[in-house]
Amino acid sequence: MNDKRDIIISARDVHKWYGQFHALKGVNMEVKKGEVIVIFGPSGSGKSTFIRTLNRLEEHQQGEIVIDDIELSHDVRNIEAIRMETGMVFQQFNLFPHLTVIQNITLAPIQVRKWKKEKAEEIAMQLLERVGIPEQAYKFPGQLSGGQQQRVAIARALAMQPKIMLFDEPTSALDPEMIKEVLDVMVELAKSGMTMLVVTHEMGFARAVADRMFFFDYGNIVESGTPQEIFNSPKEDRTKLFLSQILQH
Amino acid sequence: MSSLTEVLPPLSERPTVLGWMRKNLFNSLGNSILTILASLLVFWAVRGLIIWVFTVAEWRVIVANLRLILLGQYPITQIWRVWVSLYLLSFLTGNSFAIWVRGAWRIGLFLAAIPVALAFLPFGMQQRLWLVGLAGVGILGWVLARGGGPALRRSVIIGWLLWLPILFLLLRGYTSSEGWMPIVTTNLWGGLLLTLLLTIIGIVFSFPLGVLLALGRRSELPVVRWFSVGYIELVRGVPLITILFMAQLILPLFLPAGLTIDRVLRAMVAITLFSAAYLAENVRGGLQAIPKGQFEAANALGLNGLQTMFFIVMPQALRLIIPILVGQFIALFKDTALVSIVGLLDVVGIGRTVLAQPEFLGLQREVYAFISLLYWVLSYAMSYVSQRLEVSLGVGER
Repeated sequence: MNDKRDIIISARDVHKWYGQFHALKGVNMEVKKGEVIVIFGPSGSGKSTFIRTLNRLEEHQQGEIVIDDIELSHDVRNIEAIRMETGMVFQQFNLFPHLTVIQNITLAPIQVRKWKKEKAEEIAMQLLERVGIPEQAYKFPGQLSGGQQQRVAIARALAMQPKIMLFDEPTSALDPEMIKEVLDVMVELAKSGMTMLVVTHEMGFARAVADRMFFFDYGNIVESGTPQEIFNSPKEDRTKLFLSQILQH
Repeated sequence: MSSLTEVLPPLSERPTVLGWMRKNLFNSLGNSILTILASLLVFWAVRGLIIWVFTVAEWRVIVANLRLILLGQYPITQIWRVWVSLYLLSFLTGNSFAIWVRGAWRIGLFLAAIPVALAFLPFGMQQRLWLVGLAGVGILGWVLARGGGPALRRSVIIGWLLWLPILFLLLRGYTSSEGWMPIVTTNLWGGLLLTLLLTIIGIVFSFPLGVLLALGRRSELPVVRWFSVGYIELVRGVPLITILFMAQLILPLFLPAGLTIDRVLRAMVAITLFSAAYLAENVRGGLQAIPKGQFEAANALGLNGLQTMFFIVMPQALRLIIPILVGQFIALFKDTALVSIVGLLDVVGIGRTVLAQPEFLGLQREVYAFISLLYWVLSYAMSYVSQRLEVSLGVGER
């Protein structure tokens, strides 16, 4: 169970400063293959910053991050290798508005993985099938609803066949009636064995599929544990307070 | 819904000229008086112009010099080469409309109407046939390219890339004076032909240069960035006319004796370098409008910097600045008139030589009015076509 070979993400003493502001204060985390991790916490607690350091959208200034046995350093080849292994889904979708849905999905596989166009399109159609919107393949992102756009974004990330999926508040920009269609896709993905790190406040999702949860506050992990431990017997007062605030409605 | 037949508005609301006038110009006593007064004022103001255009002006100067104004001193026997390059252009334009601009028959019709309208100018019969043929070839190109696949698309792109070299080969020629295509030296290129050549070269070469400078200005390499900033600020700080003077008068002083660079070429280079500096700033504006999320999404997918620029950022940035680019290209087109001051015979320069002929002394008004009209028609055509293209390409909708 605790075999070293199973560890796919290892972050040790990760620090990050924005000028004077100390955003990450020595974060430690180890994630095993196939685990689904939910990260939550108040805004400004560093949770988004942390998962963005994992694929180098943010640079950490101290500490060590190893993804799938590749150390994240200034070496551009390592960064590129890690980015090929990690898919990311953003709060604002960040689809490419000038490309059709299928072009959004196939661009990186064709340009980075050097697949043939036919192969990339075939896999893209399978992924659109999987996220439930194959009929939208030839539309532009601007013609889709928010929920559909986010599902395209998930398909786009999956098309690179990553080993790890990072979700940065994937449902926060969505209208309430569209949250479920995105969460359904994420639940299916979690059950298929994908390693996932999800920054979210969707506690129903966490309860259903998370293996472990991490509570962030002031740039560090305050508490971690299984959903049962976090929801039923949180140890820290700050965790209790935060959970009571977001669950009271 | 779509199966319902279209229902016309009630008779009283259908637009007619009279109805429109009644509704907008004569809807009250006060407005009627204002309308009449304003019409009188307008008539009084433009009366002189109308009388001049139709009775006083001696348009014979234009009729007699039309070829000179359009083509300069390009040899009469070789004018077929200009026509061949125009026919190629028309054919490629027709192809491109069929492939890329679906449903834009209005622009197509507008473009095809231009040569037909020009045929009403006082040309000889032969030129009129050439002009009508020009529209015909464009329509032919459109018909032939309809329903073509990717292979056709590729060959049309190659055709566009080859058009400019072919144009120069045709205009310049490559055989001795006895051959079938004798060399026509650039000092014989003139009139509207020269103006358009300077414009086309300026656009085609300053565009990539401007894009590179814009990227250079945002580069993380200090040397590249400083060079770009220095170039842009230096060139933007100098009037085009001084750059043209430097290219024509000062540059020869630095070149070794015996080595001369063609005067037209020097003007082309000066205009290109000048325009590139302005273009760079426009492109930079477009680049800055692209949200950070687009870069992040591209990076997260593993695209490298070059791929991100080429596939994600540039296409969006250039789409955003199409109106600005068109404005700049129109300005460039009109700025080429400055080459007449350094002695090249573009439209304006030719106009001055026409006026120097003893029989046409004192006809400045006719010549400059006609030249202004030429500039306006071409500028407006550029503006109109680009606006229609924007609509039919869906720019600004996604």
